Amino acid sequence: MLSMKADVVVIGGGPAGLAAALSCHRYGIRDIIILERDSHLGGILQQCIHNGFGLHWFGEELTGPEYAQRFIDQVEKAQIPYLLDTMVVDIDENKRVYAVNPKHGAIQIQARAVILAMGCRERTRGALMIPGGRPAGVYTAGMAQRLINIEGYMPGREVVILGSGDIGLIMARRLTWEGANVKMVCEIMPYSTGLIRNIRQCLEDYGIPIRFKHTVIKIHGGDRLEGVTVAQVDDERRPIPGTEEYVSCDTLLLSVGLIPENELSQKANVQLDPVTGGPVVDEYRQTSVPGIFACGNVLHVHDLVDYVSEEAEIAGYGVWRYLNGLASQHGQHVDGRVKIETGYGIRYVVPQRISGEEDVELFFRSDNIYADGVVELTDGQEVLVSKRFLRIVPGQMERFKIKKQALPGIKPGDRLIVRWRNLG
Amino acid sequence: MFDVAIIGAGVVGCSIARELARYKLDVCVLEAKSDVAMGSSGANSGIVHAGYDCKPGTLMAHLNVVGNAMYDDIARELDVPFKRNGSLVLAFTDDDMSTLKRLMDQGIKNGVAGLKILPAEEVLKMEPNLNSSIKAALWAPTGGITSPFEVTIAMAENAADNGVQFYLNHAVLSIQRHSDGKFHIETSGGTFIARYVINAAGINSDLISQMVGDDSFRIHPRKGEYCLYDKKWGSLVTSTIFQPPSGLGKGVLVTPTVDGNLLIGPNAVDIPQRDDVYTTSDGLSFVYQKALESVPFLPRNDVITEFAGLRAIADGEDFIIRPSRRAEEFIQVAGICSPGLSAAPAIGRYVASILNGVMQRNGHRLEPKRDFNPYRRGISRFSDADWHTREELIKKDQRFGRIICRCEMVTEGEIVQALHRNPPALTLDAVKRRTRAGMGRCQGGFCTPRIMEIMERELDIPMEQITKKGDGSRIVMGKIKEFLGEDAGC
Repeated sequence: MLSMKADVVVIGGGPAGLAAALSCHRYGIRDIIILERDSHLGGILQQCIHNGFGLHWFGEELTGPEYAQRFIDQVEKAQIPYLLDTMVVDIDENKRVYAVNPKHGAIQIQARAVILAMGCRERTRGALMIPGGRPAGVYTAGMAQRLINIEGYMPGREVVILGSGDIGLIMARRLTWEGANVKMVCEIMPYSTGLIRNIRQCLEDYGIPIRFKHTVIKIHGGDRLEGVTVAQVDDERRPIPGTEEYVSCDTLLLSVGLIPENELSQKANVQLDPVTGGPVVDEYRQTSVPGIFACGNVLHVHDLVDYVSEEAEIAGYGVWRYLNGLASQHGQHVDGRVKIETGYGIRYVVPQRISGEEDVELFFRSDNIYADGVVELTDGQEVLVSKRFLRIVPGQMERFKIKKQALPGIKPGDRLIVRWRNLG
Repeated sequence: MFDVAIIGAGVVGCSIARELARYKLDVCVLEAKSDVAMGSSGANSGIVHAGYDCKPGTLMAHLNVVGNAMYDDIARELDVPFKRNGSLVLAFTDDDMSTLKRLMDQGIKNGVAGLKILPAEEVLKMEPNLNSSIKAALWAPTGGITSPFEVTIAMAENAADNGVQFYLNHAVLSIQRHSDGKFHIETSGGTFIARYVINAAGINSDLISQMVGDDSFRIHPRKGEYCLYDKKWGSLVTSTIFQPPSGLGKGVLVTPTVDGNLLIGPNAVDIPQRDDVYTTSDGLSFVYQKALESVPFLPRNDVITEFAGLRAIADGEDFIIRPSRRAEEFIQVAGICSPGLSAAPAIGRYVASILNGVMQRNGHRLEPKRDFNPYRRGISRFSDADWHTREELIKKDQRFGRIICRCEMVTEGEIVQALHRNPPALTLDAVKRRTRAGMGRCQGGFCTPRIMEIMERELDIPMEQITKKGDGSRIVMGKIKEFLGEDAGC
């Protein structure tokens, strides 16, 4: 077994891993290695050939591969080593990382710090438990994206899309451009879970109908998909009898949510947040295992890669603090931090723990659409910070800055609550 | 021209094929679908039943108990996973208590070893996640779990290694008996001639029987639906948990699978069509609600897939294994519903003895082959191997260092092996059954295009011809821009 040591092992060479490695490098760390399971760096961005990336980070509009390439170029320039075709199969609490690749065989790396940046996977038909047959033609939107953009093949001609997640919306447009007929997008919620700009640019511009409060209740076909039964749902998301409609199609794409891939994190006993599906972290993106950090979609699912890059920068800073013994005065463990909890209207907040030693920015999502109100941080009695929002929607991650001065006298074990309050 | 043609490559047909491969016979297996184990053998509970629930004196009871005892050798010789995890039948009421006693008596009559009725405390000590309001349970230590399609594939491969010829995608259309006594079997892939025919066509065995004018039984499909959980729930229970049997079958079980998942199901619904393997919303919620009675902490989420399978129930509900009354040389092996998987090894032997009897009446007999090799090596599994073995695998073939299916840790090396075995994996589902690639929590979301690339290269077929499960199930419909040309003219 090839045995190595490294100050930092970055698991995943997608946007989060690349930016985190570069951030570490900027803070002066040199002994870094990136482990990437695919045969190229850049992760899922390589199949996202549409534009719309980089507006926040680079101030210009790039395609996915262009966005990735900027980071890859910097990694090459900084001469940060990476291994391709390298799958991490195990990691333990002592930060020993076990990986495998065709060239070196088994690899063991003893790390001082680990950055988890494995990304996420798509929710499947099986997880939704849609009844019916099990034909070919039922694919996740991301798999269809790979088939079209990387392999150059069409998954089908007559398409129904379930879920208004961004990849599904992007694929509705792509499929239309490639000559397929996208019949409709069904969304079980009364609102879109994707970005508003994608509803406009990918559906409305092409006259593709979106049906809110609708879902697929049956899949027809034994060998290849023949059609789906679509039905309206009530407020409890149960199909309403009598609203069933058969829609013939040869392809059903699912864009019904992304799930952070934390099977590896769990092997290292990293504590997970049941709502985000990612690790519980402090403001430096350190998990419950000291020295193991997480950023990007493995931590929580982001709408924009720009925010992933930003979060990865923070993780790099956290690693630098950790390696230089600057970690929290309250000890290494995140349990020695202040807990950030969710109150009315808020689905989740990242980070879930803060030390209060520096200014911090909270990333959050609402649990519904709310208009004209404030997001508040409270200790239960007093409102410590508040920020006005004209509108918050579950499909769009929002941010909330807290100055260290706003948190006088907070101590480990305290609980702070983030909540929404309607104005007027 | 074959001595024996076996119709159907499910676990029964393949077990018979392997058994007959021990003798000096030319044997072929005719299978309508694109792979073995595509009917009931590919969609069932994967349980090797102890044998207490069959009516004493039936063929079913006898072959279940004998077959169960053969599984240790089967697993060793054929390199398939098998675990005697034991089964528990739970009693919730006083009525259930008498059912347990009846099952135990039945089991003793059937020759099942080690049966015991355990008090609730003892059961809950063994299985702390069970419903704590149970009264007692019947413990059957010989109950086991296996992978039904792996057993089938392994039997087929071992039979093929010993000379049996498999013809996949060969649907039997008609059978004529000529004046010389030989059967002319017309299939979608040409005509086969055989002296003896064994009807192991599962759900369609009555239709095959009718082709020789034997209308003596009917098969009634009875559907069962299942939910398969993520491996993180694979140790919620360690033994197979049954409820007291209903009129329609053994009831909903909760069991670990031999691959480490958790499986719940099946329900039992008599249905009119033989190809209806749709899951239903009612069926799946019934299965979940019933399973909750056994294991109250069963999660709602973390189901990775659902499926349905058909039981081939014959009139009379016993196995029908005998020469046809229309023609002795046509042997019926029909109505093999549960416990068919458990009985399959014994069915193979039993059919060989029936065949020998028929042959003797014709002045022949089964002659053992001296060079029969009972051993089959499975595909080398990266995920199960220790690091030393992994290193050896990669040293021999670099492709064992490239992981294609990340959820189940399946390497390119394993997929390539699956594609070149006999019978070969010709479809994505066939690769999945042999390697587990695509069977994990992402259900092939990441690995499907990559497996297709490997199939394109190794089998030398274009991407457009790659199917999920045979004809009519292509994954992609054409190249990009191809559909544009139709009206845009570009």
